[in-house]
Amino acid sequence: MRGVHDMGGLPAGRCERDEHEYERWEKRVDALMMLLSAQDRDLMKVDELRRNIESLGADAYDRMGYYERWMHAIAQTLIQRGVITIDELGRKLAEQEARDERA
Amino acid sequence: MSAAPSDSAGYYRRMQAAVEELLILKGIVTPAEVQRQVDAMDARSYKRGAQMVARAWCDPAYKARMLAGGSAAAEELGLEVGPLRLIVVENTARVHNVIVCTLCSCYPRMLLGIPPEWYKSRAYRSRVVRAPRAVLAEFGTVLPDDVELRVHDSTADMRYMVLPLRPRGTDGWDEARLAALVTRDSLIGVARLPDQG
Amino acid sequence: MSALDAVPARFRVGDRVRVRRADPPGHVRTPWYCRGHVGTIERLCGAFANPEELAYNRPGRPAQPLYRVRFVAAELWPDYRERAADAVEVEIFQHWLEAA
Repeated sequence: MRGVHDMGGLPAGRCERDEHEYERWEKRVDALMMLLSAQDRDLMKVDELRRNIESLGADAYDRMGYYERWMHAIAQTLIQRGVITIDELGRKLAEQEARDERA
Repeated sequence: MSAAPSDSAGYYRRMQAAVEELLILKGIVTPAEVQRQVDAMDARSYKRGAQMVARAWCDPAYKARMLAGGSAAAEELGLEVGPLRLIVVENTARVHNVIVCTLCSCYPRMLLGIPPEWYKSRAYRSRVVRAPRAVLAEFGTVLPDDVELRVHDSTADMRYMVLPLRPRGTDGWDEARLAALVTRDSLIGVARLPDQG
Repeated sequence: MSALDAVPARFRVGDRVRVRRADPPGHVRTPWYCRGHVGTIERLCGAFANPEELAYNRPGRPAQPLYRVRFVAAELWPDYRERAADAVEVEIFQHWLEAA
């Protein structure tokens, strides 16, 4: 089945010359990917990241921002590799949310 | 893909912070390493490609080496490219090249930095392989009919950069002045460089 | 990656090749739009670990030869409305190619 990401040749809208400035957290997503995939750590292959992005549903793929997809895929890969657990990630996310609410 | 942050932006921003914190607690990365990566990526820009282009315009032997092996040619100018395998494709009076990654967003980021948002968009990735001249026109670039257009889809391990045509009216210009003419979009191939004078 | 660890290259520059028409699940770097189409080998890029295996954190060895294949736009897209001589070049791994 043709993947949602495999879009070459499909109809789509006009190209808008969008020059979005990346936010601090987006740059840190990029940095995490670079660090985790570096040969000395080898905790993630670029193709694992891509596989986890490609398995997003079509709706999520188009709705999510670029670094949102990356962050989703980094977390998935780290869970699949056994580097982090769902439980510890869930707890840290709850801590972040509590911090956001206080801020 | 929408350029504006979606409703879930806060969720993934928090997830970034959460994962970074877990990786630090586990001793896998340090905060300083993350910051160094951010700074290194911020420092990469199309100006590095522009420097290579200007050298190639001035030095035919360098140009030949650049077309034979892009990464080595970058390193020759002291530009660090890490694992990047760069292919430089040359625009001529008869051939114009344009770069895309239809499957994701592959880009010579180790040399040029993070690609622009539009390069990753559904509109660009879908259409530039099928209606490239129409897409170029949306960027204000109209190619003469006698110029062959080649679209390069970066699907695997190689990354691409365009060597634009040297604008007319620049005879005798030094490399720094030439490099200042080169735009990011001309290195991707959605723009051509205007003649001078 | 040493040459010993790579599948030997079967095609040479100028050879006509057809991209296999296949639809496996998983992570594949052969775009849908070129599957089943005939193109010409433009260059051999080297041999690289197979991304279909790397995607599952397996070694992807032996390495697969990777080619740049040039397709004539009008052959890829029967309704291509721009210039007949235009081309699309795609990197394709050898296991996706057969002689045409």
